[in-house]
Amino acid sequence: MNILVNYVVIPLVKIVVIVAILSGGIAYLTLMERKVIARLQHRLGPMRVGWHGILQPIADGLKFIIKEDIIPIKADRFVFTIAPGISLVPAFIVFSVIPFGPPDSLWGTGGYVTDVNIALLFAVAVSSVGVLGVILGGWASNSKYPLLGALRSSAQMVSYEVAMGFGIIGVLLVANSLSLVEIVEKQRSMGVWFFFVQPIAFLIYYFCGMAETNRLPFDLPEAETELVGGFHTEYSGFRFSLFFIAEYANMITVSSLAVTLFFGGWLRPFSSVAALSFLDIIPPPLWFVIKVLIFLYIFIWVRGTLPRFRFDQLMRIGWKVFLPVAMANVMVTGAILLKFL
Amino acid sequence: MEHDIFGAIDEKTVLDANQVVINMGPQHPSTHGVLRVKLTLDGERVIDTDCIIGYLHRGTEKIVENRPYAAGVPYFDRTDYVAAVSNNLGYVECVEKMLGVEVPPRVQYIRTMMTEFQRIASHLLWLGTHALDIGAMTVFLYAFREREEILKLFEALFGARLTIHAFRIGGLWQDLPVGFLDACRRFSDTIGEHINEYEGLLTNNRIWLERTRDIGVISAQDAIDLGLTGPVLRGSGVNYDVRKARPYSAYADFDFDIPLGVHGDTYDRYLVRIEEMRQSNRIIQQCITRMPTGPIRAKAPRVIKPPVGEYYHSVEGPKGELGYYIVSEGKTSPYRVRIRPPTFINLQALKKLVKGHLVADVVAIIGTLDIVLGEIDR
Repeated sequence: MNILVNYVVIPLVKIVVIVAILSGGIAYLTLMERKVIARLQHRLGPMRVGWHGILQPIADGLKFIIKEDIIPIKADRFVFTIAPGISLVPAFIVFSVIPFGPPDSLWGTGGYVTDVNIALLFAVAVSSVGVLGVILGGWASNSKYPLLGALRSSAQMVSYEVAMGFGIIGVLLVANSLSLVEIVEKQRSMGVWFFFVQPIAFLIYYFCGMAETNRLPFDLPEAETELVGGFHTEYSGFRFSLFFIAEYANMITVSSLAVTLFFGGWLRPFSSVAALSFLDIIPPPLWFVIKVLIFLYIFIWVRGTLPRFRFDQLMRIGWKVFLPVAMANVMVTGAILLKFL
Repeated sequence: MEHDIFGAIDEKTVLDANQVVINMGPQHPSTHGVLRVKLTLDGERVIDTDCIIGYLHRGTEKIVENRPYAAGVPYFDRTDYVAAVSNNLGYVECVEKMLGVEVPPRVQYIRTMMTEFQRIASHLLWLGTHALDIGAMTVFLYAFREREEILKLFEALFGARLTIHAFRIGGLWQDLPVGFLDACRRFSDTIGEHINEYEGLLTNNRIWLERTRDIGVISAQDAIDLGLTGPVLRGSGVNYDVRKARPYSAYADFDFDIPLGVHGDTYDRYLVRIEEMRQSNRIIQQCITRMPTGPIRAKAPRVIKPPVGEYYHSVEGPKGELGYYIVSEGKTSPYRVRIRPPTFINLQALKKLVKGHLVADVVAIIGTLDIVLGEIDR
């Protein structure tokens, strides 16, 4: 009975809650993006649906559902149909291992769905499956622009996943664990966020994360002004919206992982300084959300500021800059740890 | 011919089965209207391009042949529809040249000033769309913010914003409204600041440099051979600007520089246009301070019947040399009107500029040529 409750009921409840919050979060992330970009560009953004456009995401969602679902005659129907799902689901799955609060929170059940000892590996592996959806979607459309988008996407994935992996190894060396809960706990016990220990690893992780989520300046697989939407050119209605949601879910995933790995997850700032304990008035999950929001803001800010890289330049940066720097970072970190600790 | 401008296609790549022919346009967000470009790609590398135009053909030149001279002016609002004032100026001055009418200095100053406003507006639109094509979306909205101010000035003086029928043969429709010069001065005082703002986002931006430097390089000789004009020509370092070469309107009175590029790449053309906006602003400031008083109409005949003959008059439009060639048989409407559209001729360079670049560069190069399909297809 206890096993049933501990391993089925409680995780299921948590999963439902997380999926609900995440879906709502994604919907309002689109609004946030539109509002922030509008602010950067001296305009108002959505203003019509509800107070300051507060109901805009709902209107958008309804519109997507009502629209005609078109599958091109020459498309590979089966793959075309499942591709958006392949892109979307992994982004949600990653959240099963991301800790939102300390292990003793939520009446001792832990502020996470599950704490597996290979959580980080799991997160990285699962989130890269999402790119497969993009590639399959582009391929199955049987059309030239989506094909180019899919090609770019696969090349981009290969160039960036590697550097990203090496970037994360720097954190692993310091934390000595793959469990995300333990990584955060380690940051608490060391009294310093890993960003200050591993700034280079963070930068590489974050840039590669931008590339993985297809956001500007790395949004080559979509590149509206070049490939007319790239891999999702042929998609319409609800299927398109799944790709769209996947992109925003990935933004949240990358930001959440960045917060967990480098910015102390649920920890308040200066968690080791007792004098600042009044900051505890904000519960740990809220600290987590605040930090994630900051990273999401940076995503949007970057989109509002930078032009787009070209395909070959992106590859060059991935292979010739990020990868060597990430490897050097791993070696230097390893050497220092070996010598001094 | 000494050298083949377009270059021969490599036999080996033609026989290679890995080529993909892809259609860019006429419905594509970055072809600036209804340009259709047939790209032959090897992976993402462009082997060959073919421009297909005519989707916006309205027979402007033929229509104008069947209208009285004065009724032709509004038709030229619609050729280069983002630079209506410049088009009007070219046509109106050509007809005035035919009639031998000398317009009063106040008219010339107002025309010059408004044409320079139009140049800034056109360059702002180019800047916005060019940056948007390369992915910098904020510049687009910043540029439109300032363009809006210019359109408001147009609305105050001409009564319309886009297709404005700016000038009349022999003068102007109305004198400057009260407070108009103050409004111009306010704009002119702030635009420099705003141009710095755009430059802050782009000029030293690493990604922008990577995306525009050494992209679409054309040598001065090739540019001349292809008949390019305007910023596209000056980006290659050829000092040819109709405003200096054959001064018209009141340009001879003003002090301004012609910015020149060095490498003839997309970045240089960008710098040239940015600097041209500053120089246009200089002209505007001189116009405002030295604005003469006097009549706003010359004594032009009520029924316009130019003497028999062929006439050509060209002005420096925002996009290049904009010429009007009119043949008169002494009747109330022209026998033949032919426009020398700068972007139609500049578009010829696309094939050469794009060759060997990637798909992403195609949109950058289309952007840097600053084409307007209304003018290309007429």
